[in-house]
Amino acid sequence: MWNSFGFEFINFYFIPGLVLGCIYALGAIGITLTFSILRFANFAHGETMMTGAYLTWTVMAICSGVLGFAVHPLVAAVPATLLVVLLFLVTDRYFYKPFRQADTIKVVMASFGMMLIIRSAVQVIWGPNQLTFVPGIAKPNAYLKDWSGSIDFLLLIPNKHLFIFVGTIAFMMALSYLLNKTRIGKAMRAVSDSPDLAHVTGINVDQVIRATWIVGGACAMAAGVFLAMDIQMLETTMGFRMLLPMFAAAILGGIGKPYGAVLGGLVIGLAEELSAYPWIGDGPLLSPGYKTGVAFAIMVVMLIVRPQGLFKGRSF
Amino acid sequence: MSKPILSLNNLRAGYGQTEILHDLSMFVQPNEIVAVIGPNGAGKSTAIKSVLGLLNISQGSVELHGEVITNTPAAKVVELGISYVPQNQNVFVNLSVKENLEMGAWTRPIGIPERLNDMYALFPDLAEKRNQTAGSLSGGQRQMVAMAKALMVDAKILLLDEPTAGLSPKYRSEIFETIQKIKNTGVPVLIVEQNAKQALAVSDRGYVLVDGANRHTGTGVDLLADREIARMFLGGGH
Amino acid sequence: MDFGILLYVLSLLTVGGIYAIFALGLNVQWGFAGLFNVGIVGFAAVGAYTYALLTTAGSTYHLGGFGFPLPFGMLVAMITAAIVAGLIGLICIRLRSDYLAIATIGIAEIIKLIFKNETEITNGPRGINKIPRFWEHFSEERFYSSWPLSWFGTPEAWDAFFNSLPNWWWQPFFASTVLLIMYVIYRMLERARIAPWGRMMTAIRENEPAARASGKNVTARRIEAFVIGAAIMGLAGALFAQHLRLIEPTNTFDPAKVTFLVWVMLILGGSGNNRGAMLGAFLIWTIWSASELIITGAIDLLIDIFDGVDMGSLRTRAGFLRMMLIGLLLQVILQKFPRGILPEVRPASPKGIN
Repeated sequence: MWNSFGFEFINFYFIPGLVLGCIYALGAIGITLTFSILRFANFAHGETMMTGAYLTWTVMAICSGVLGFAVHPLVAAVPATLLVVLLFLVTDRYFYKPFRQADTIKVVMASFGMMLIIRSAVQVIWGPNQLTFVPGIAKPNAYLKDWSGSIDFLLLIPNKHLFIFVGTIAFMMALSYLLNKTRIGKAMRAVSDSPDLAHVTGINVDQVIRATWIVGGACAMAAGVFLAMDIQMLETTMGFRMLLPMFAAAILGGIGKPYGAVLGGLVIGLAEELSAYPWIGDGPLLSPGYKTGVAFAIMVVMLIVRPQGLFKGRSF
Repeated sequence: MSKPILSLNNLRAGYGQTEILHDLSMFVQPNEIVAVIGPNGAGKSTAIKSVLGLLNISQGSVELHGEVITNTPAAKVVELGISYVPQNQNVFVNLSVKENLEMGAWTRPIGIPERLNDMYALFPDLAEKRNQTAGSLSGGQRQMVAMAKALMVDAKILLLDEPTAGLSPKYRSEIFETIQKIKNTGVPVLIVEQNAKQALAVSDRGYVLVDGANRHTGTGVDLLADREIARMFLGGGH
Repeated sequence: MDFGILLYVLSLLTVGGIYAIFALGLNVQWGFAGLFNVGIVGFAAVGAYTYALLTTAGSTYHLGGFGFPLPFGMLVAMITAAIVAGLIGLICIRLRSDYLAIATIGIAEIIKLIFKNETEITNGPRGINKIPRFWEHFSEERFYSSWPLSWFGTPEAWDAFFNSLPNWWWQPFFASTVLLIMYVIYRMLERARIAPWGRMMTAIRENEPAARASGKNVTARRIEAFVIGAAIMGLAGALFAQHLRLIEPTNTFDPAKVTFLVWVMLILGGSGNNRGAMLGAFLIWTIWSASELIITGAIDLLIDIFDGVDMGSLRTRAGFLRMMLIGLLLQVILQKFPRGILPEVRPASPKGIN
């Protein structure tokens, strides 16, 4: 059923849903890894994403303002990633590590505190107002038009979305290689499986935890920059807005299942966008104001029906 | 008597404030299987865990080759060559058999392919299942994976916590045969066991633990023949 | 000057008291039952909006207002918050603490989303204003011209009377009312804590399997604690609405300024200890508002010194700096003084009920 209705559906609902899904997916990977390896829900994850985007913006501003040449966000993101990973490692060392042997809830609380500390710090440094990330309107590339000669077949994908798709796939492949082929990646899976056994097996759990923050940090960073590229601006609440959908994605996919988190992210992203599609009648099925609620509803249903998630992750 | 590889000397130890071991002593010499038997709650597993630095030792010492390693963290103990197989959750269920063995070799990352082949030779069942996840294996096969994983570090000694608990008689015998094979490769084994009779039968020596202290010591054969022990743990008057 | 200080202290007591009620509510959930609720702001919003819709005068901007008596509005605010909590409790209470945290933070956001989007009912982002504040409301015509004030005098007489009062006349009364409500809740919670119910809560929190094994309905007790705590938060939300007189979904119910501050208050004061909860609330609120004065003063000083430099952005950012410092304070307390200023005191269990 590829008619003008389909044109609208694909270009204005499905593709944006996929884009959002990719962003959620990358964020949810970090959440699911921390949840399964360090065993706590990291509330500061969204803020780290947001900080990453701000740092990228700063690198770009320095390049164009001081050094006199413009750089692509994805290039600027590389040095910013190092800073974000450093932020993760420092946070872990001073705010989470002291609670390693304590009740989980202590470290959840500490991460809740970190959420506010990081956001406030960003608001102090960069100010509370929105910043323009990439100015101008992104011109969509038209695909499939020449092949069919009909407007109905038009696929509109701006470059920024291509970057996001390709970037997400690249990240997934790298992650898959890391977890299945490298020593540290296998150890991450082992610790996620059973920290106690990993301990008596002689695995250096501290090293695995550091690796987890690095991987989670890199993914969070990518998610933050992709989000900023997509909405073309920065605001200090963007991390918090992402938090709930990312948690929902991680739970949907099953805690400790990175691929599950990716699928969960895509499902949540699509569900949020498609919920506004006029499935019945002319108006949107669900007012766009309630998009965030979709993620939450899916999460709650999941917690009731199948708390271990689609991929049989750990349930508590 | 040759010099012991591992010795526990007058240990007092427990979890937090609760003391479970009161004055426990035992040792393991090269080329022997030592069985630790006793009623539930006697502190059998605790004795093993005290070696791994998993609980508070308030008095006494643990020595490896005459060097004191009391309260050394587990990761370090493993690095020193003491391998431990816990009773429950002793394999990484989401990792393949091969990956489990690789994780076992974490502290000795060199020469893994050769040692993998050694293990597949020692545990032929595992060779064909190397790419299956450990979680998909039967209880007995998991136990094999756990032991193979523990042996991946060129262990100086292997500690097994109830390796046959919950297994079928067929697998039980297989495990005990494997333990003898392990000993023949030159690795002494310390087993904590509920199945006292079978354990003592394969063991060179045994300890009977009661209330966190050793009550009887002797060769496996002697302990099996002891009437009091037979009455206490072995069921009936065998 | 002195008079200004008096009014400042009154406002400290009022807002501190409201926060103390929030902290008492959280103490029931966290201190007694070990339930990690990070959706305080959601229950506050439910209470505040319920109260606002029920008690404001009729308006074309939002549903109602129904002009109901103020105590009725506060009562229904409690009940509504309790019902919302009950629904969440039924779904989430059996889950591990992290999940409850995620679910509650989610619920709070959804509640705000609803208040923001259902413009027909709540006037959306523009919010509800002219919310009647206890005592002060008597000086509004619709109150002094109806019972009970109309029994004592004519509207004209009341009008003249209220005009003769200084414009802050209601402040001591409102502050006292807040403190009285806080005190009543405190006494009731102390009763509950020492009663078998409270001891059972402690037993469940300390050793859930044992409590379950001894035949206690752990889930039901937890939901009870969650609902009672939420009802108290709903009441605090209603008082919060009275204090502000204008509520809207986004800035009024900022999770940082409600949920987070209340958590810091409880942890600092001592979770599990009702007095600690109140002490922490007043202490943090005093630090919070005093730091505002100090930082504003410091910025004014800077502006004086560096004449002509634009300090406007500094001023807006100062508030965030405060939030950051409070966050760091929480981390320090968590790590160094996890039991708070007034640590929990276990009720004696004479018959060995635990």
